[in-house]
Amino acid sequence: MNDGFKAVQVAEGVYWVGAVDWGIRDFHGYLTSRGTTYNAYLVMDRKITLIDTVKAPFVDEMLRRIASVVGSNRISYVVSNHSEMDHSGGLPEVVSRIRPEKVFASSMGAKALAEHFGQRIPVTAVEDGGELSLGETSLRFFETRMLHWPDSMFSWLGQRKILFSQDAFGMHLASSERFADLIDAGLLEKEAAKYYANILLPFSGLVKKLLSKVSGLGLDIEILAPDHGPVWRKDPGRMISLYSAWADLAPGRKAVVVYDTMWGSTAKMARSVAEGLESGGALPVVMPMASCHRSDVATELLGAGAIAAGSPTLNNGLFPTMADVLSYLKGLKPRILAGAAFGSYGWSGESISLLSAILDEMKIPQAGECLKVKYVPDEAALDRCFMLGKALAEKLR
Amino acid sequence: MKKYVCLICSYEYDPGKGDPAAGIKPGTSFEDLPDDWVCPVCGVGKDQFEPM
Repeated sequence: MNDGFKAVQVAEGVYWVGAVDWGIRDFHGYLTSRGTTYNAYLVMDRKITLIDTVKAPFVDEMLRRIASVVGSNRISYVVSNHSEMDHSGGLPEVVSRIRPEKVFASSMGAKALAEHFGQRIPVTAVEDGGELSLGETSLRFFETRMLHWPDSMFSWLGQRKILFSQDAFGMHLASSERFADLIDAGLLEKEAAKYYANILLPFSGLVKKLLSKVSGLGLDIEILAPDHGPVWRKDPGRMISLYSAWADLAPGRKAVVVYDTMWGSTAKMARSVAEGLESGGALPVVMPMASCHRSDVATELLGAGAIAAGSPTLNNGLFPTMADVLSYLKGLKPRILAGAAFGSYGWSGESISLLSAILDEMKIPQAGECLKVKYVPDEAALDRCFMLGKALAEKLR
Repeated sequence: MKKYVCLICSYEYDPGKGDPAAGIKPGTSFEDLPDDWVCPVCGVGKDQFEPM
């Protein structure tokens, strides 16, 4: 078949056979403004092995790429490094069409795949540190529990010095280039940081442990092959050192002012809070939720020291976009030194104490009192906003 | 005996219940869990737990 869906050689006997999803923009709540890729890899040996699959609607694309190298019915093994459905969704169809001898996953992966697909897929659990001979080459497996799911593991093809790292070191970036060295370095760092901030941030402690485990194993990694975005064949250490830096990132002088507004009052307050932050030596980033996405707010919080949250009161509650973004941020457990809550209201004004309660739940100490303004802030009220911003900046000194 | 919570997935270890699926009998304190015991939900080790 000559339909253009070709495999791309990554190393001797190793091919990228994944799929490019140019159109996706909402990846379970994460704005993937440049689409993504679902990477699957084919290792040619006596036991031809497929590492991970793709999201279910892209199985045909993957099978066509495989067919450009070898008849898919010759695949003996399938390894599932991560059971999330963007990598396992194609597994039931692959198993029923290819009928591999065996499907391998971590012990938690075997359970998770059964909980996704029932008993349709017989899975053989591999041990942490276990080895699987493919013929000339072999795979070693390393569990990476909660990076970022319980089932996650790395597969190491030692003879080719390739680490198949599933979601770790990946990013959401659709491209016609398969290799990082052919893509703008600034863009890669931006998208990788967004991925880290939105997917891996809550597990930063585990990232540090994993990086020290990997360095202790002394793997001489030449190629880093994640499940999303480009393959790193030159300087894979760059991605690893970025992860190390993000996992250790101390809260800095950046302060994120996140708010929404109904009639412009909370917006005015937000601007004064930002001015106060700046005069206190902080670096404010102002993010109105009417035009900012929750996943971009999460990205800005990477390395930020403070958050100021503003919400008008709508029907005795938080403005919906603020409830949305704070619920999202709370789950990501950002390391933030100080916070502040503010907002405008008409009669009851519950939103401000609700914001404050969420900051408490996030274990973010608050600078100063919550700031409530009835209807429209006057000069005196805006001065108080300015002072709140300044007090918040002082917590970052 | 204190309950402990997994910092990663919020699973609560209750000594009164133990973790029978992993062979941990009811009445086993967190401190007495073997070093290789892992969170039954997410699989991380004892060092990722803290007292509630």
